[in-house]
Amino acid sequence: MSLHRLSLRLRQAVAQARHFHSSGSGQQLEAVTVEAEPRETRELSFFRTRESDPTCHAEVHMSQYYTLPPGHVRTLFPHGLPYRFQLQMKTFNEGCVMVRQPALELISHLKKADYSKPAVRYVLYGVNGCGKTMSLCHTLHYCYTQGWLVLHIPDAHLWVKNCKELLPSSFRPSRFDQPIEASHWLRNFKTTNEPLLAKLKTTQRYVWTKRESTEEGRTLAELVDQGVSRVRSSSDVVGALLKELRLQAGQPVEGQQGALRLAVAVDGINALWGRTSLKKEDKSVVAPEELTLIHNLRKMVKNDWTGGAIISSLSQTGSLFKPKGAFLPQELLGQDGFDSMDPFVPVPVSNYNEKEFESCYLYYIDRNWLQHPHSRTEEGRKELIFLSHKNPTIFERICASL
Amino acid sequence: MAASRGTVVGSLLLRYGNKFAGSHIVATTVGRQPVRRQICTSCCLLRKNLAAAGPEKFTEEFIKKQVEEFNIGKRHLANMMGEDPENFTQEDIDRCIRYLFPSGLFEKKARPIMKHPDEVFPRQTAIQWGQDGRPFHFLFFTGKQSYYSLMHDIYEKTLAVERHQDRLRNKSLFTQDTKQISLVGSRWLRKEELEELLVEDISDYDYARFIQLMERLLSMPYSALEEESVQHYRRQLEVQSSKQEIPPLQHDQQGAAFSTAVGRRKTATASVVLRDGGSGKVTINGKDHLQFFPVLQDREQLMFPLHFADSLGRFDVEGSVSGGGHSAQAGALRLALARCLLTFSPEGKVEHMRQAGLLTADPRVKERKKPGQAKARKKFTWKKR
Repeated sequence: MSLHRLSLRLRQAVAQARHFHSSGSGQQLEAVTVEAEPRETRELSFFRTRESDPTCHAEVHMSQYYTLPPGHVRTLFPHGLPYRFQLQMKTFNEGCVMVRQPALELISHLKKADYSKPAVRYVLYGVNGCGKTMSLCHTLHYCYTQGWLVLHIPDAHLWVKNCKELLPSSFRPSRFDQPIEASHWLRNFKTTNEPLLAKLKTTQRYVWTKRESTEEGRTLAELVDQGVSRVRSSSDVVGALLKELRLQAGQPVEGQQGALRLAVAVDGINALWGRTSLKKEDKSVVAPEELTLIHNLRKMVKNDWTGGAIISSLSQTGSLFKPKGAFLPQELLGQDGFDSMDPFVPVPVSNYNEKEFESCYLYYIDRNWLQHPHSRTEEGRKELIFLSHKNPTIFERICASL
Repeated sequence: MAASRGTVVGSLLLRYGNKFAGSHIVATTVGRQPVRRQICTSCCLLRKNLAAAGPEKFTEEFIKKQVEEFNIGKRHLANMMGEDPENFTQEDIDRCIRYLFPSGLFEKKARPIMKHPDEVFPRQTAIQWGQDGRPFHFLFFTGKQSYYSLMHDIYEKTLAVERHQDRLRNKSLFTQDTKQISLVGSRWLRKEELEELLVEDISDYDYARFIQLMERLLSMPYSALEEESVQHYRRQLEVQSSKQEIPPLQHDQQGAAFSTAVGRRKTATASVVLRDGGSGKVTINGKDHLQFFPVLQDREQLMFPLHFADSLGRFDVEGSVSGGGHSAQAGALRLALARCLLTFSPEGKVEHMRQAGLLTADPRVKERKKPGQAKARKKFTWKKR
């Protein structure tokens, strides 16, 4: 028993010991080591992989879980991951993401894309709860590890509903500002991209109020700080920031080899062209164009700039006034949205297949998440397949109560 | 005098008791010759008289006449419908009457029937006393003569068995392990059935005493002596599942086996096609079962028959459902699915499924709203004054 534990922890030492001790005990150790390793690697390799760099993920790693490094999680995803996934991370003390086909497809596209051409738009679509946001986050992790500047809007729907304060914009009188959302987003944006922002400079002077302005040549980090501290003008800061990034994407950056690559990731992009649930003071409905944030984001998502990619996903869950069964781009984006987004690369995301489901199931058992003894039997597994129909969200919700 | 009074009364009652219920003729019997006279009619009087007369009484001749009329009528009906009068069964009669007198009434018992008079007129006791007015049976004055005579007979049998046992003991041939009467698969007569047998009303206490006496008879080791008489008072329990209709197994063009069935629950009707050799895919009205039933409970209802038959990944289910709400639709689908599964399951499984309640159609429907109440049960606010 102790020999077994020894071999698991100090394998290298034991391997050396194997050469030195040729006595009976040494051979015993050797036997135990040989026995323990294949079992462990066999179990580990079925649903987990040690490869935590998304650049190296390939077909081999399909349906396996890779661990997100904690440092990356803190910086890259202050606001991007789904809520239930965040709870799961807290419970399991680790963030494990499954390597799935849509994410791999996206990553391969990004690897092969030509960044001197206008930015390509990718749209992830699929039924509710099939893993679009997780695939998006996986792809963003890849972009982050490649040193790209990540512009991640976690949920565009949050900007078109439940806004407590709508200020008339100082810049354009017909538009409305959303100071709280904008400043909150800027704070998270800063956490993600601090080192890069310190290197980039503004190209023009921005005047916020009579007394405040940002000169040309200041770092974008200062611009963002301006937005975070002066909440009233944060929406305009967001607009200015997006404009700057659009101009500077694809340009070389000092202190770094290669040009600046910009990854614009928008989750729930159908919010940009849908309806809002916000009302003006005279109780008339606010159109999305009348919101500064949405207006600027629409400009960002147009493919008239080079040196990056626009990765987006549709979402019915948070959408307003869209039927429950809608998941196709045509249905969720609407005519306007589809025309604006056209041309784009559609990436379908589906429910788990057999192998992925098996992997997820083993992962939950490994983490002791499925505690009911019946759920660990073959019959219980069949029941889970039937009830969840291999949909990741539903499966997770069912298992949460087991 | 008394005798003549009795017969006249008896015959009068029996002859005119029911036939002229509409007309208002009352026979007065106290002390004089009966007088037939028309009495001025008022509703309350009529009601009182009807209550006092008790259930209608029919004479034997009356019943016999009815039987003759029924047989003649049967032959007429057969000739009318062009059937063979000799082999004309009750089912044929029912069919012809349903054809000739179509009725849309919901209550089946209110529809026109033509049945043998024994089924129509309740069995009645014949006159219990003779010409001299003395009753035939020695237990007449107990009031429940058939019941008490039955108890008396059974007790006699008990005593006979005991005597037999004593004789055997005297010859020292008494053994405990003799052949016992087999009681498996049968039950005692119910109270209603006993009443029917005795043509008498008995109380619950009487019925309990009867059962007690029978059990006492059976408790004796040599009760097999009286087996036939005991079996007379027992009824066989039928195996329910033999009455279950199993949908036929069909084969489609590719040769795959499939079966279809229908289920209903509370205004929702569902029809399910169960195909063998599938992968556990479920489609309802063209949609995924996950999309159609977002609620976990409904999906669990769907899973129940398949899980019970241990065939979760074996079949492909194609269902179509309409009407009702989501729970009703799930229940209807479950019933249809269980019926489909009967085709593919062995004999013993049918009984198991029936006992699990998978094959029983849920009879609960929405209760009607009553006038004077807000809803079916909810009453308006009760004001004391």
